[in-house]
Amino acid sequence: MAKTLAEKVWESHVVARAEGEPDLLYIDLHLVHEVTSPQAFDGLRAANRKVRRPDLTMATEDHNVPTMDIDKPIADPISRTQVETLRRNCAEFEVPLFSLGNVEQGIVHVVGPQLGLTQPGMTVVCGDSHTSTHGAFGALAFGIGTSEVEHVLATQTLPLKPFKTMAVTVNGKLPDGVTAKDLILAVIAQIGTGGGQGYVLEYRGEAIEALSMEARMTICNMSIEAGARAGMIAPDETTFEFLKGRERAPSGQAWDEAVAAWRELATDDDATFDAEVIVDASSLSPFVTWGTNPGQGLPLSASVPDPQDFDNDADRTAAQRAIEYMGLTAGMPLRDITVDTVFLGSCTNGRIEDLRAAAQVLEGRKVADGVTMLVVPGSVRVRLEAEAEGLDQIFTQAGAQWRQAGCSMCLAMNPDKLTPGERSASTSNRNFEGRQGPGGRTHLVSPQVAAATAVTGHLSAPADLVNA
Amino acid sequence: MEKFTVHTGVGVPLRRSNVDTDQIIPAEYLKRVTRHGYEDALFSAWRKDPDFVLNQPRYSLASVLVAGPDFGTGSSREHAVWALQDYGFKVVLSSRFADIFRGNAGKGGLVAAQVEESVIERLWEVLESHPGAEITVDLVECRVKSERIDEPFVIDEYVRWRLLEGLDDIGISLKHEVAIEDFEARRPEYLPTTA
Repeated sequence: MAKTLAEKVWESHVVARAEGEPDLLYIDLHLVHEVTSPQAFDGLRAANRKVRRPDLTMATEDHNVPTMDIDKPIADPISRTQVETLRRNCAEFEVPLFSLGNVEQGIVHVVGPQLGLTQPGMTVVCGDSHTSTHGAFGALAFGIGTSEVEHVLATQTLPLKPFKTMAVTVNGKLPDGVTAKDLILAVIAQIGTGGGQGYVLEYRGEAIEALSMEARMTICNMSIEAGARAGMIAPDETTFEFLKGRERAPSGQAWDEAVAAWRELATDDDATFDAEVIVDASSLSPFVTWGTNPGQGLPLSASVPDPQDFDNDADRTAAQRAIEYMGLTAGMPLRDITVDTVFLGSCTNGRIEDLRAAAQVLEGRKVADGVTMLVVPGSVRVRLEAEAEGLDQIFTQAGAQWRQAGCSMCLAMNPDKLTPGERSASTSNRNFEGRQGPGGRTHLVSPQVAAATAVTGHLSAPADLVNA
Repeated sequence: MEKFTVHTGVGVPLRRSNVDTDQIIPAEYLKRVTRHGYEDALFSAWRKDPDFVLNQPRYSLASVLVAGPDFGTGSSREHAVWALQDYGFKVVLSSRFADIFRGNAGKGGLVAAQVEESVIERLWEVLESHPGAEITVDLVECRVKSERIDEPFVIDEYVRWRLLEGLDDIGISLKHEVAIEDFEARRPEYLPTTA
């Protein structure tokens, strides 16, 4: 029977199947971080269980870690305890860990792909909803809760009900200056924050095939913002090229075997999806959010919407509340929104291409007076690569702050946060109330829009800077 | 896990859609390493508003949360379920739940029961016109009942069975030990390890 990419990966991982029960699925790679794991390790201890496959498990410190003075003890005692708890747990259960200061440390979703650990056709889980990032390689990758973290640690499996499949077909070419971030924000605005519930999204079509691996990771990363557990893209030459030679990628004869298997993964021509959404890439332009969920976005050229224009009560109320929280007025052009802070980083846009794109906009320019810009590489490796290319110089000469790797202001668990009422343009993935600090206001943007906004002090695209 | 069969308790109307897990429990509280003690964290930003529904004494004994659509979106944090439970909630009713939240709720023993949006509207009316009104959630019959309301709800059949029996998921999977070993023996050798 003809199958989709997601169905092929699912079927090849079924350990046990019985009528009326969920499938028991094998997990090829389990990524762990300090926030969602302590209670899972406690559970193992209480039941006298071991980690079944520490060799398929990898931990890193990312959510809590400071991005300054990393050679000193973590100042916040509660954060410090959590990080130290991870270190103790990993030592006790023999799980490989990349601690602060290790050259492989970084955001878990940047580290996995960069090591070549994320490969096509695998099942990848992590106690983190942005695990969907790894779907860019044609892996079935999804976020899980702490009980499931414990389950995978103990059994290397998960009982799961099959997902439905949705094709997100992106036809045409993205216009110059329009990025993967703009595309995914537009998709989420189109299908809504609940539109993907119960589905695995498969992004396909000409515009997706043309994207780099890093851009594909940006797309898959935000699948969860449309409510989907996972997003996937069929592996192709771009995928193989990215993986070849990476530390944990196969080599020699194993590489040939792997590539041959990976080529079989693409959705069969006659396979059917449970749902399909079609997007015309050529109609897109830089896209930003105005509200407090990632579906509340519009082209940068638009204005803050009037809540009365929404066609149902729930959306009207949500828009009204969002506009109030964000301190905006209906009808105000989005370009007139001024920001205090610009955040460049996160598992959505903290990879080397993102930093290059922003640096290109900032080169020879200055961050506007009164605007603070934080540049937080997604991993130590990204930071070192950027420094080797001189990007850090471009950022610091423009007046931006060049920081150490971690999740940072994406979720404000470390000292990098907005103060109440402060407004940011952020390359991260969530604009929820208080996400970047209590009372903080977030506009989600691409790295290019972030950089241009830093220069002008109000939401802007690089094209706005031509004569600036 | 405690068995769940029928629960009757005070309902609280949360007239909001898209209640994301950052609102249920802000990231600041996720730094704790314990499994319990999150009652102070639940909706902590919203609870600063004296008019917020949970601050109204008439709902103080609430154990059934009646929320708008797309409840539990965003972050995978299971702390959202723990915070609801630590506060005293046994059940959340909504017309749509985010997938990860729904899964976490099932693991932790919090009943996430899906009902029609019109049922939510009617429950809100009852709870607002008769504060302190009770709602009965019957997991055996899959029905939600209150004043003049007796409607079905939807919950995954397997999750329902586990909740009714109070079963530990890991124990169930470990019964497949031989199948897991067989599967491991068949995995392609090119797959990566972290060792």
